[in-house]
Order: sequence, then structure tokens, then C-alpha cells
Amino acid sequence: MKKIFVFLLLTRCFTSSSYAQNVNTILQKVKDKLNLVNDYEASGEMKTKVVFLKVPVASVKIYYKKPDKLKIKNEKGISFIPKGAVSININNVLTNNAFTILDGGIAKLGNTNVRVIKLLPEDDPDSYRDDVVLSTLYIDDNFLILKAKTTTKDNGTYELEMSYGKYAGYGLPDKVIFTFNTKDYKIPKGVTFDYSEDQKKAPDKTKARKGTIQITYKTYLINKGLSDAVFK
Amino acid sequence: MWNLLQFELFKIFKKPRTYIAFGAIAAIILLIQIALLTNGKEYVKFMLSSLDDTLDIPYDQIRNGYWIGFAILNLLLIHVPILVALVAGDMVAGEANMGTLRLLITKPISRTNLLLTKFFACVIYTFILVVWTAFLCLVVSVLLFGTNDLVISKEFELLQIEKTDVLWRYIAAFGFGTVGLIVVASLSFLLSVLSDNSIGPIVATVAIIIVFTIMSEMQIPIYDKTVKPYLFTTHMLGWKGFFYIDSDVDGQTIKGSIQHFSSIMKSFAILIGYIFLFVSSAIIIFKKKDILS
Repeated sequence: MKKIFVFLLLTRCFTSSSYAQNVNTILQKVKDKLNLVNDYEASGEMKTKVVFLKVPVASVKIYYKKPDKLKIKNEKGISFIPKGAVSININNVLTNNAFTILDGGIAKLGNTNVRVIKLLPEDDPDSYRDDVVLSTLYIDDNFLILKAKTTTKDNGTYELEMSYGKYAGYGLPDKVIFTFNTKDYKIPKGVTFDYSEDQKKAPDKTKARKGTIQITYKTYLINKGLSDAVFK
Repeated sequence: MWNLLQFELFKIFKKPRTYIAFGAIAAIILLIQIALLTNGKEYVKFMLSSLDDTLDIPYDQIRNGYWIGFAILNLLLIHVPILVALVAGDMVAGEANMGTLRLLITKPISRTNLLLTKFFACVIYTFILVVWTAFLCLVVSVLLFGTNDLVISKEFELLQIEKTDVLWRYIAAFGFGTVGLIVVASLSFLLSVLSDNSIGPIVATVAIIIVFTIMSEMQIPIYDKTVKPYLFTTHMLGWKGFFYIDSDVDGQTIKGSIQHFSSIMKSFAILIGYIFLFVSSAIIIFKKKDILS
């Protein structure tokens, strides 16, 4: 009986150690893939869905440069970019190496089995990510991040859903859906002098708290060298 | 009748007070443009401050010529009708005041034709004033600030119109605005028929517009349901409807669309009705009036 107990204890210790190591390995493999990209210039279409915002579909260019520079530019007009959109590039979530890795186990996203990994950033006052409290990554068998949740101190929770295609080898998605928190929008009618013949009603506040932007990437130009001036 | 119309236009444009309107509009618009050139970003921030925590707002891009033009038109809601009343209120009462009205009706032309000619002269003056306003407000703003997408702030919504979709909306809005101002001109014209002194109709028109505008914008339910739908000042804002772009279920704007076109057409019909009411009342009263001055 004593032997069996010792055997079980050793087995448990061994498996949990390899399990934890496995999480580190997975994350390292994800990073290795992402590290293949030093910079990119992508073009795509951006759809914004916020209850109070009526905007056209925008043709955008997205510029990224290591370690954490990201810029979204509308090619023809104006774009309203959500705060925290820097997370659209998943590299930026993993930029800060100083985090504690927690294993969140295995979950299902649709029909796909994913490994859930939680990242708890350690205090780094110099990091621009010091607003982040917790990042949760959902990683598939190909070491691609399908979903990421970032909880911040001041700006609520951001959620990122990604689907991959021909740039999967670089860990770059074909489509990104970025979900963010919104606040109420209202301007006094005495300021706007609205034409109110249509008697527009206030939006339902209970379902108006989330907004999304969806970027569908058409092309990527990877590692062609990008000037810092692009990000100003 | 054409000769009489030319004569009426000559009288309008010979009076220095006519040019007060053009000068005042130029001064107001240029002052606003200078202010927005230097502090426009702060003004945009004031309008969109509630979004600052959620979105990165490209303030400098929003402050473009199309947006400045729209902002100026908002600020001129009360001023331009006053300037129209300045001329329309003087059309008949001014003649009575100078003692030329009795002489005028001895001419071989019916009172109806005389009054219609004077009214058409008012309409032409109003149209020229709108063209002048459009030139300063839109053309000069675009030259000074350039073009980009137009962002419209409504009470509960923020609308973005692509820059290639903006110009026709301005043309339609100025057309609608002209009809709105003709209502003011016809009201002032009616009051002018009732008076022997031009100050009275001008002041009365201004007072009516101010009171009606306050009632239109106060958002008090009892007025909103009973009085507001019938006030011409409510429908004069219909020009803004051309800038309320429609969107699909996902909130993506549809190029070339208007949210409530039928409401705009209804407002247009009501304004035409008001013009008909005021002008026909003026004709009926004038035909029966004993002209002693």
C-alpha cells in the first residue's frame, strides 16, 4: 500500500512538472513563430460596429514593427480606432517577457481543442503594458492563438478572435475581430440642434456596452523594413 | 411684370441695408473660420469628449472644410432668418412709410401682381443670400481647411460620411435651406402688408422665429406633442436631414442614402404650405386694404 502511494505521488509530481513545462514550451513555440516577423505592412478592410457609431467600411493599412509599434491608417478618410487596439497585433500582447505563466487547462473553441494559458504581468513601470492585469490566450495544436482576452486596470476587457489562412506560418491572421468596452455617448440636443422630425430614440443602454472592429486582411508585406516615421 | 420685378430688385439692391446682410454673414463666417483655424481642435474635442475614453479620435482630420461648413451652418440658424426679415419686412411697409405705396397702386397693374412681384423679388434676394452663404461657408472653408470625411454629431449618434458622398448633400441642404428662408421671407412679407412702418414687421418676424426656435428645441413633452410638429422652425431644420446618412444592420453607412427621406419631404411640403398660406393671406389682406399712405 505504501509503495502504491509513493508511486502515485511520484507519478503526479512527474506529470504536473511535464504539464507545466508543456505550457512554457507551447508559449515558446508561439513566440518563435511570431518572432519570424520583424515588421509588416498589411492592407485590409475594417468594419466598425459600435451602437452609437455609424461609419463606412474602411480600407486600412496596418503597420507593425518590433517590439510593439502598431499603426492603423485609413487610406481614404477618417477612422475611429478603439483604445487598446494595439492588441490587434498579438505580438504586442507577448512583448513583455516579465509575466507569470499559468496553465488554464484545455478548452474548446467551436470544434477546436485549445490550450488555455494565462499570463500575469509582473510589475514593470517602464512598460506601456503596465495597464494590463491579465491576458488569457487560447492556443490550438498548430501553436496559433485563436483567441486572446486582455483585462486592463482602466479600460475594461479587450477580446481578440483570430482566424488564419496563408500567413499562418508567421502567426499572422487573415481576420481579426477585436471586441472592446464602450461608454455612453450623448450630446445635449440644445448643442446639436438635431432635425428631430424622425423622433430618434436613445439606444438601449443595456446592450450598448460592447463594440467590435473586424479587420479582414488582404495582403501582408513581411520583413521589408519599415521606417519609424510611419508610426508618428 | 418682368419690368416691375427688375424695378423691385433695383430698389432692394439700392438700399444700403440690403448689404448689411451680406456684410454680416461674411463677418460672422470669417470670424468663425479664423476661430476654428486656431482653436478648432478644442471645439471638436468639446463635441466628442464623451468618446475620448473609448476611441482614438483623429481630431485634426475631423476638422476639415466640410465639417467647418456644417458647424457654421449650425451657428447661423437664427442669424440668416433675421437678415432675410430685414429686407422682406420692408417690402410693403417701407413703401407705406415713405408714402410711395398709394402712388404705386395707381399704376396699371393689379394688386395681386404687384404683391407677387414684390414677393418674387424677396425670393431672389433670399436665393442670392443663400448662394453667398454657401460660397463663404463651404467653398472658403474647403479652400482653407481641405476636405475629408464629414463627421456629424447627433444627440445619440455619430455619423461619418465619405468625402465623395458629401457635396450633393450640401447642394440639397442649401436648396432646402432656401425654401426654409423663403418661409421667413413670406411671414415677414405678410407682416409688412399689415404695417405702415418697416421696423414692426422686422422685429415681429425676429421675435416669432426666436420664440418658435426655443419651443422647437426645449424638449418639453407638452410642446413636443402638441405645438412642435406644426411650427415652421421645426421643419426648417430639415436641411440637416440630408446629412443623416442611413446604415445597415451592422452600423455600416450606405453611400448615397438618407435616414428619413420621407420626413424631409413632409417637412418640405409643410414649408411650401406655409409659404402659400402667408403669401395668399398677404394678397387677400392687401386687396382689401384701404391704402391711405
